Amino acid sequence: MTWQAICDLEQIIPGTGVCALVNGQQVALFRPCANGEVFALSNIDPFAQASVLSRGLIGEQEGAWYVASPLKKQRFLLATGQCLEDDSVQLPVFKTKVEDQTIFAQSN
Amino acid sequence: MAKPALLVIGNGMVGQRFLEELVERDAHRYQITVLCEEPRAAYDRVHLSSYFSHHTAEELSLVKEGFFEKYGINLLIGERAITINQAEKVVHSSKGRTLDYDKLVFATGAYPWIPPIEGRQNKDCFVYRTIEDLNAIEASAKHSKIGVVVGGGLLGLEAAGALKALGLETHVVEFAPVLMAEQLDQQGGELLRQKIESMGVAVHTSKNTSLICPSDSDCRNEMRFADGSVLATDIVVFSTGIRPQDKLARQAGLAIGQRGGIAINDQCQVTDDIYAIGECASWQDQFFGLVAPGYAMARVVADDLTGKSNAFAGADMSAKLKLLGVEVGSIGQTQGGQSYVYLNEKAGIYKRLIVDPQSNTLLGAVLVGDTSSYGDLLQLALNAIALPQDPQGLIMPTGGEPAPALGPDALPASAVLCSCFDVTKGQIQQAVGEGYHTIGDIKAHTKAGTGCGGCIPLITQVLNSELAAQGLEVNNHLCAHFEYSRQELFHLIQVDGLKSFNAVLSKYGQGGGCEVCKPAIGSILASCWNDYVLTEQNVGLQDTNDVFLGNMQKDGSYSVIPRMPGGEVTPVALAALANLADQYGLYTKVTGAQRIGLFGAQKQDLPDIWQQLIGAGFETGHAYAKSLRMVKTCVGSTWCRFGVQDSVGLGVQLEHRYKGIRAPHKLKLGVSGCTRECAEAQGKDIGVIATDAGWNLFVGGNGGMKPRHGDLFATDLDTDTLLRYIDRILMFYIRTADKLQRMAPWLESLDGGVAYLQAVIIDDKLGLVDMLERQIDDLREAYQCEWQTTLSNEQALARFKHFINSDEPDPLLQFVPEREQKRPAKPSEREDIIATTEVC
Ligand code: SRM
Ligand SMILES: Cc1cc2nc3c(=O)[nH]c(=O)nc-3n(C[C@H](O)[C@H](O)[C@H](O)COP(=O)(O)OP(=O)(O)OC[C@H]3O[C@@H](n4cnc5c(N)ncnc54)[C@H](O)[C@@H]3O)c2cc1C
Ligand code: SF4
Ligand code: FES
Repeated sequence: MTWQAICDLEQIIPGTGVCALVNGQQVALFRPCANGEVFALSNIDPFAQASVLSRGLIGEQEGAWYVASPLKKQRFLLATGQCLEDDSVQLPVFKTKVEDQTIFAQSN
Repeated sequence: MAKPALLVIGNGMVGQRFLEELVERDAHRYQITVLCEEPRAAYDRVHLSSYFSHHTAEELSLVKEGFFEKYGINLLIGERAITINQAEKVVHSSKGRTLDYDKLVFATGAYPWIPPIEGRQNKDCFVYRTIEDLNAIEASAKHSKIGVVVGGGLLGLEAAGALKALGLETHVVEFAPVLMAEQLDQQGGELLRQKIESMGVAVHTSKNTSLICPSDSDCRNEMRFADGSVLATDIVVFSTGIRPQDKLARQAGLAIGQRGGIAINDQCQVTDDIYAIGECASWQDQFFGLVAPGYAMARVVADDLTGKSNAFAGADMSAKLKLLGVEVGSIGQTQGGQSYVYLNEKAGIYKRLIVDPQSNTLLGAVLVGDTSSYGDLLQLALNAIALPQDPQGLIMPTGGEPAPALGPDALPASAVLCSCFDVTKGQIQQAVGEGYHTIGDIKAHTKAGTGCGGCIPLITQVLNSELAAQGLEVNNHLCAHFEYSRQELFHLIQVDGLKSFNAVLSKYGQGGGCEVCKPAIGSILASCWNDYVLTEQNVGLQDTNDVFLGNMQKDGSYSVIPRMPGGEVTPVALAALANLADQYGLYTKVTGAQRIGLFGAQKQDLPDIWQQLIGAGFETGHAYAKSLRMVKTCVGSTWCRFGVQDSVGLGVQLEHRYKGIRAPHKLKLGVSGCTRECAEAQGKDIGVIATDAGWNLFVGGNGGMKPRHGDLFATDLDTDTLLRYIDRILMFYIRTADKLQRMAPWLESLDGGVAYLQAVIIDDKLGLVDMLERQIDDLREAYQCEWQTTLSNEQALARFKHFINSDEPDPLLQFVPEREQKRPAKPSEREDIIATTEVC
């Protein structure tokens, strides 16, 4: 597993996400708030098979961050990829780290 | 065995209600035939006047689609009963039919009575009772300048309002010294007169008309009065009272009441097999010229015919109305007794309570100019509830505070809240207990509030109080992160001058926010300050559609919908669109909102596409935003042979006036150039329909999921007044609506509905008007085309790349041809395309 440098932390506005290409895969990187915490999930909405999750709204429920798909609003926990509307659906998650204000992601 | 034959004569309001009540109890017991003299089945006579603004008989219809077919009822339209043979139990009709009956119900209503004035049959003389009457009045009004209504009662004033709305100089001639002598007292009548005169309707009281004859003046006719005076007019509308339609019953030798009407007992029976209900019936020598008593009779007969016992016990003749814009209420006895009186000549408000000598119970009340306490007072009178120590408190102003409401808890469960459908407080409580928790549900389940609608405020109170009692108080909190309603937050944000989500969250919220509160607060911030919606601190609040200024399609591509004000577009602009669509291979369609949509744009192409559009003179169409979408128009007087005003011109003006302003939900407007309504303005949040004299304004229409026709808000406005009213309504909506609440449900949620909105917007009841105008003016000034702003903002443009670390497009966006254009490929149709990473 190699770490791949993606972009600067400040390229992601707090409260938003971006889409990155990590070893040929479409990955959504989210920065829920102004600290350096970054999460990475597959960018593909499994219900619509469209590459859109980085464009969803980030929300918080009982302390856990999630993203709501911009298409039909299903929510996915950022930490685990678990879909809150459908127990049987879980998105691939990717490891991330921030070093020297640069975001790295690990492909799997 | 054949079913017994039930014959109903008359298919008016009460006759139709009777059929509904009967089939609800037992749909199969009788073979039913109905004789309906008018050329259409039952319609809502109570709202007859709205025919002038809507012009569709269907809109007034009281018959649910397929009703007669469903129950196998034989409805004979345009056919009158002409004789009855009681011995043979048959009725003969005007079309020569002989109809057998086992049971016969008279529901023949009443007819307008005209005093024997010479000239009353002249062709310019009319009555006001049926759709045909209104058609005739309107046709004649087209070539008339002056109209006179004879009769200053309730109906006469309504007719006067209609003549005025038709653009005629309007006079009311009344025999008695006061207006509405039946419902009001001297002082109330006098105040009403002043108010009506100040609206430009001339009132002539104590006038006894002796002759109507052709005139030499500019007008076609003149009226001569017993006191020698003369009034010139083109048309005359008689509204001098009604008489029960009992002609057939008289001929058949049935019992007739002393003052006319078919005499009935408590079961509404005339004989064992013959019943009479509604305005044609006389019970204890009284007849009732209102629908509610007729409906009560309909229930009694439906019960009797299905073997249940019930009895008619008289009816309350209280009424609350709006005549020529003046609110008038009359309860119980209006003369005698002991009185408490409140008069405010400046504000035009008069209220009088009539109480028993010990001031224990309310016997009656007269209200002019403000009927807000009508519901409470009516309940006090009907249920003989003990009055407070100081009854005057019930009518005295309270210095801005809402009057101490009687409160639904004070009412006994037997209190009838909805007199149109005879629904008691107990029944509403029961419905709430059974899980009907919104006004809409309650209406659908109990029918309460679906007639005149006057009882809705009270029913809402009972509903809320029941919910509270069950610990179910309606929670209008925005979401788990904010324990405030949208309206409260709007106020807080504005007063504190908060400009970012984080500021609002840290001051009034908790946690991290969610997909509900973020866009809602984003919208409030935009409505308050109309800043560029994509400032860095707000961008995470917006739905993706707002972030990329286009609507995301199912595959992640976007639509591009430029503004086309009023639906107008030049050939040159069309060519620019065509070239652009061709260049980017965009699917092209005329949208449902009278403009052109280009679909399938890739995110990274959006800036360039919009650069070109702006270069060709387009602006963003806000198809993605909770804000003004478009103003739909018809060609209007510029081209159309029927148009009476420039509807496109107004539509374009409106579209520029309100574009960009953020609202709780999207806003759609429409302007039609005449009453044919080709722009479907009544289906829009705000609709405008041209009249000869100006513009009629409708509020609260909706297409979409739950279609609703807008309510008529004001008539014959000049353009300046129209714009100001719309300004105020929009701003009031923006400030007070719930999140994602369109104008139609918002209007329905307002206590008091359109009348309340009129009071706020036209009469400035809350003293808000100046502020509303200022706020919307500020918002208008802050307008910017968001695409233009975005194009000049490097940072914002960076977001449009698909990958933050590569310039490649989204490999999943693939298209296949269809009908000479393209459509998104289904996942199964996609080719495997693998994007490659470039390290940045
Ligand atoms: C493109 C268009 C259909 C078309 O092919 O013509 C359309 C497309 C969508 N409509 Fe619509 N509506 C379109 C005209 C209409 C109309 C017709 C009209 O405006 O006269 C209506 C009924 C009128 C009305 O709103 O009262 C309409 C009533 C709705 C509703 C129901 C709203 C309601 O209050 O009942 C929704 C759902 C919502 O907003 O919650 C909706 C939602 C949508 C959404 C946003 C659904 C979504 O979330 O994706 C679609 C966005 C697609 C896009 O890319 O723009 N659309 N939609 C039309 C765009 C008009 C435009 O130029 O902006
Ligand atoms: C403009 C206007 C405003 C009103 N506003 C209000 C209000 O605000 N509140 C209120 O309570 N009331 C109001 N009313 C009164 C209300 O409309 C009547 O009380 C109600 O319509 C009575 O119903 P009905 O069925 O008894 O009579 P109708 O509705 O008149 O129906 C009787 C029907 O029988 C038909 N008919 C008669 N004879 C025969 C025959 N021989 N054969 C076949 N058919 C026959 C008639 O043509 C008619 O269609 C208003 C009336 C008008 C005109
Ligand atoms: S009707 Fe439904 S499918 Fe058609 S455009 Fe509107 S929202 Fe989309
Ligand atoms: S009182 Fe008329 S609808 Fe309830």
